[in-house]
Amino acid sequence: MTSSLRTRFGRPELYTSYSQDMALLNTTPKKLFVAGVLVVALAMTFSVDDGLLQLLATGCALAIGAIGLNIVTGYAGQVSLGHAFFVAIGAYTAAVLSGDPNGRVLGFGITEVPIWLLAAGGMSALAGALVAPLAVRLRGLYLAIVTLGLVFIGQFVFREWTELAGPPDIGRPAPVATLFGTRIDVDGSSLTRVQQLYLLMLVILVIFALLARNLARSRTGRAFAAIRDRDIAAAVIGVNLTRYKVVAFAVSSFYAGVAGALLYVIPQTFTAGNFNLLMSVQFIAMILIGGVATISGSIMGALFITLLPRITSELPAVLPFISTNATGGGITVVQVESILYGLLIVGFLLFEPKGLFGIWIRIRNYWKAWPFSY
Amino acid sequence: MTELVQCLVRGLGDGSVYALLAFGFVIIFKSMGVISFAQPALMLSGAVLVTYLVTTVNFYLAVVLAAAAVALLAVGVERTVLRPMIGKPVFVISIITLGVDIVIRVVVNAYIGLDVRQVGAPWGLSTSRLVGVEVQQRHLIMFVTTMVLVAILFAFFRYSRMGLAMRAVAFDQEVALAQGVSVGFVFALSWAIAGALATVAGVFVSTGAGVDQQLWIIALKALPVIILGGLDSLGGAVIAGLVIGVVESLVATYGADVAPWLGGEFSLVTPYLVMMVVLLVRPYGLFGTREVIRI
Repeated sequence: MTSSLRTRFGRPELYTSYSQDMALLNTTPKKLFVAGVLVVALAMTFSVDDGLLQLLATGCALAIGAIGLNIVTGYAGQVSLGHAFFVAIGAYTAAVLSGDPNGRVLGFGITEVPIWLLAAGGMSALAGALVAPLAVRLRGLYLAIVTLGLVFIGQFVFREWTELAGPPDIGRPAPVATLFGTRIDVDGSSLTRVQQLYLLMLVILVIFALLARNLARSRTGRAFAAIRDRDIAAAVIGVNLTRYKVVAFAVSSFYAGVAGALLYVIPQTFTAGNFNLLMSVQFIAMILIGGVATISGSIMGALFITLLPRITSELPAVLPFISTNATGGGITVVQVESILYGLLIVGFLLFEPKGLFGIWIRIRNYWKAWPFSY
Repeated sequence: MTELVQCLVRGLGDGSVYALLAFGFVIIFKSMGVISFAQPALMLSGAVLVTYLVTTVNFYLAVVLAAAAVALLAVGVERTVLRPMIGKPVFVISIITLGVDIVIRVVVNAYIGLDVRQVGAPWGLSTSRLVGVEVQQRHLIMFVTTMVLVAILFAFFRYSRMGLAMRAVAFDQEVALAQGVSVGFVFALSWAIAGALATVAGVFVSTGAGVDQQLWIIALKALPVIILGGLDSLGGAVIAGLVIGVVESLVATYGADVAPWLGGEFSLVTPYLVMMVVLLVRPYGLFGTREVIRI
């Protein structure tokens, strides 16, 4: 072992065993970098104010959803504009399970996080598996529009079903979170509620990111890639299209459900209107800006999209022609945010199709060969 | 009986709006192979432009001017944003149009403000008698205008030199190019036609309720229509548009009597439900061409 390490010193891509080649963190810099990112992420809990931390926590939850969309759209190539629908199913399952049994809306009072998290994922996965037969019959843009239809149907159901979702304008309380008997969505003795929830979401994100990375390099992941690249060819070499499309949709929806369950724990309330077309588009934007068929890209994209409002809210200080109030002249912050959002999607697709992940790879390769530029 | 006739006329009127929008989608799809999610923004900008133009010129002239302006805008979008993407996966191009849609709508929304703007159509909400039943004139006008526009476009595709070129590009872009057809011009022309049709549709939609920031959502109903008719079928777009309009109107009128538990807004999702049911039986829509797939 030591000798193999010694021979690898300075030659990071010389592998002396198959397990080295297949390792997730196959080089020392990668190990150090991931460890560094984790340490920084943990340190943020204590060094960042609660407002920003709340955004980061939301970013973690959205990142789980983005990884899910990347599994079905990035890895398996099945375009889905219906991600918001599966997020909604997860959110409502978790909220109903953990809700107050005597409240205005449905609730069963099971507040343990692992239980409602898995139930939310499970319900969404079930819905995904039910929708998957459509994906088996339809291809490309037909599938995109049918999944878009799901969003509208879901919104209609949740608006009408007021026992479940509360009045359309007010919504219902979000899931209540207890971990091993202690409430973690109220201020604890040493940490504030936002800090506790940030830690929870960070841990869950790391677990799910790891699971997704492992899925992607398994037999299933290779089947997904084969379907994405040419589904007929995949079928010819023996990939069961129906089975793997169902698996892709179910796994992706599981992730969406988990994301939905976590998404509103901090704001504590949500309405049926949250799960609209814009949410689906945001998830698409996350994976396109982050990087298609990459896990780290999904996380980067999710954090980027979540932090975008924060960045634009700083703009008026720098650019005086942007006004902060909605009634005044000039462009408002909200308008700038929406425009940036559209421009970013267009810009990334035009100039950097591999997304933030691609930029990262270019930077890495530049320094790998530094000072030589080739 | 009165109710039924009114309901059918309203359905045909709304359906012709969907048909116009869907026609634009299908023209773009046939030439470029892309679904343009920018149509809602084009429709909105057309309607808003008319609300500004009617204050100075005659309504009909305003519609023509707005249609021309939006056609130019559509060509501009095609030239600047979509042309560099030719050859890339169609899904990526479609998502780009989504980004364009967001940008255009933000700009247009700034010109709408918080009030409801009026397009000032001369017929307004006035009614006339059809087989002894009071029906709104605007629905009849929508239907007739749409049929005339569609007939003109069909004649254009069938008999004109440029129409032949467009059909050739829809058949095979490279072969068309080899025969001397300017494929780039065909792309631009298809976007221009789609933009002009979207403007007319936008005006029709807003004759009843006026223009506000939510108007664009109606354009999304053209998506189930194009899927139902088949993405590459112009006739299918028209028929599916009318079918969806009538079904929606029937459900809105009679849904509350037949199945009150479905709630009052059930008609809003019927287009999507009809689309899904039909797709399970016919995966390429009612009139779409079955894709031949090779390895």
